[in-house]
Amino acid sequence: MILEGKVWRYEDNVDTDVIIPARYLNIVDMKELANHAMEDIDKSFAKGVQPGDIIVAGKNFGCGSSREHAPAVIKESGITCVVAESFARIFYRNAINIGLPLIETGQNISKEIKTGDILKVDVLEGTVENETGSVKISTEPLPGFIEEIAKKGGLVQYTKELIKNK
Amino acid sequence: MTRMMTMTEKILARHAGLEEVRPGQLITCKVDLVLGNDITTPPAIKEFERISDKVFDKDKIALVPDHFSPSKDIKSAQMAKAVREFAYKHEITNYFEVGKMGIEHVILPEEGLTLPGEVIIGADSHTCTYGALGAFATGIGSTDMAASMAVGETWFKVPETIKVELSGKLPKWVSGKDVILTLIGKIGVDGARYQSLEFCGDGVKSLTMSDRLTISNMAIEAGAKNGIFPVDEITEEYLSDKAKRPYTPVYPDDGAEYVRTISINLDELNPVVALPHLPENVKNVTEIVDLEIQQVVIGSCTNGRLEDLEKAAAVFKNKKVHPKVRAIVIPGSQEVYLKAMNLGYIETFIKAGAVVSTPTCGPCLGGYMGILAEGERCVATTNRNFRGRMGHVDSEVYLANPEVAAASAILGRVASPKEVEA
Repeated sequence: MILEGKVWRYEDNVDTDVIIPARYLNIVDMKELANHAMEDIDKSFAKGVQPGDIIVAGKNFGCGSSREHAPAVIKESGITCVVAESFARIFYRNAINIGLPLIETGQNISKEIKTGDILKVDVLEGTVENETGSVKISTEPLPGFIEEIAKKGGLVQYTKELIKNK
Repeated sequence: MTRMMTMTEKILARHAGLEEVRPGQLITCKVDLVLGNDITTPPAIKEFERISDKVFDKDKIALVPDHFSPSKDIKSAQMAKAVREFAYKHEITNYFEVGKMGIEHVILPEEGLTLPGEVIIGADSHTCTYGALGAFATGIGSTDMAASMAVGETWFKVPETIKVELSGKLPKWVSGKDVILTLIGKIGVDGARYQSLEFCGDGVKSLTMSDRLTISNMAIEAGAKNGIFPVDEITEEYLSDKAKRPYTPVYPDDGAEYVRTISINLDELNPVVALPHLPENVKNVTEIVDLEIQQVVIGSCTNGRLEDLEKAAAVFKNKKVHPKVRAIVIPGSQEVYLKAMNLGYIETFIKAGAVVSTPTCGPCLGGYMGILAEGERCVATTNRNFRGRMGHVDSEVYLANPEVAAASAILGRVASPKEVEA
């Protein structure tokens, strides 16, 4: 699955409270909630984000709370993939479970890439490349049944099949 | 002979039905308890209903409306109602209605539902609290909660383990909060990312159960998957009148492999404060001079237990909250509230000019019951000081122990309890 999109770039330790502040967590409708995505770190995001865009960040993206609303509003906003040096573990798990592709680069590319750049990502191969070719990264593919969950589009479908096959 | 293993590896191996596991291995584990709150359970119910029509075990699910409960507005009332109806429909044994409820990580140990050697997952990042009791406990999201409510199991990648060796004994004015903030200050907010923190050493026996619960609670703030303590006489004593099920403690093997060791001498610790906007921005309280504050919050899953209120009350005794400060005390559970009342702590708070709220997570996550306006500063015994966490995006939260929080409320600035000592 090859994705090509415009970058929204952020620094290290983007926490789930800035991705979606708790003051909005009484909103159940995901479309409405997505209007507040990234609000406390970037007021221009929710208005400017286009389907197909990609988030690039430094280390520990999604640290903090277990709220699945965080990857969910990112996905709802039209972001197709988050590329970061590293992810906080609950965010990583939640994103896989709801079918939001992530690429963990293990190195900080957020310095070389700026908001508005075009990035090309192959989610299954785990590769990331920018237009000029100055960034070209290959990462390890997702291991074992994490790939299975991702391929099935999330944990719900995976678990349904698990129950059926028991 | 099987591999020598850490506590976390042993618990995970046992629950996966395996002789041994090693870091990096992907396993499927049976779970002993799945929990959710009023924010994370409604999306979990939605996903659950796509998967199954019955829960795997009505006794092994705990539902605690605590974040926005008692409901702060119509929207949160609708969410609480969804949780309540699910609990009734599936006859969930451990559903905690307003009146029985408190902050999930305060009440579940009190209720004896989180026990040594168990695997506990919760749709709340501070589920790691139960590591204090020798359980493997970790936060997950709503979809994981949904799937595990249906099948009673979940997947894990076996984490590497960091050994945290504690020696010495905590000095006056220093408690569990200072231990964990000092550790986070040393290793950073991603210093234990994807890893397990295993506490050990002679210093453990000087830590009360309350200290240990606070320490394990904030393991997530170092990025850790879990933070686990060995089971000792203090644990057994704590559980003696609480445990709802038989349990089997697990101890680390001699020769278990650790990715690194961090040593902390408790004798040398000071009361510390984590400055905005990350829990790793740790300084000794004495380094923070003349920083005016407008609010103090004492409570939360980190420091809302009886011992925390006891410590705060001792500082507030015969003192007054500074006229320019709002001090908010939130007992973590009905039991904590009642005991604090019988012991006279609540009277001390009220006489000092603090307000006392019904148990709730409330202001910790910027929910309600003490939201900050633009430019305001709060000293809080809570766990996160991220931007906008307690209110306006340009407000600030300073994390501290209950005695520092109480002293700060009295002096109207970030202050050491030494400064108000009678």
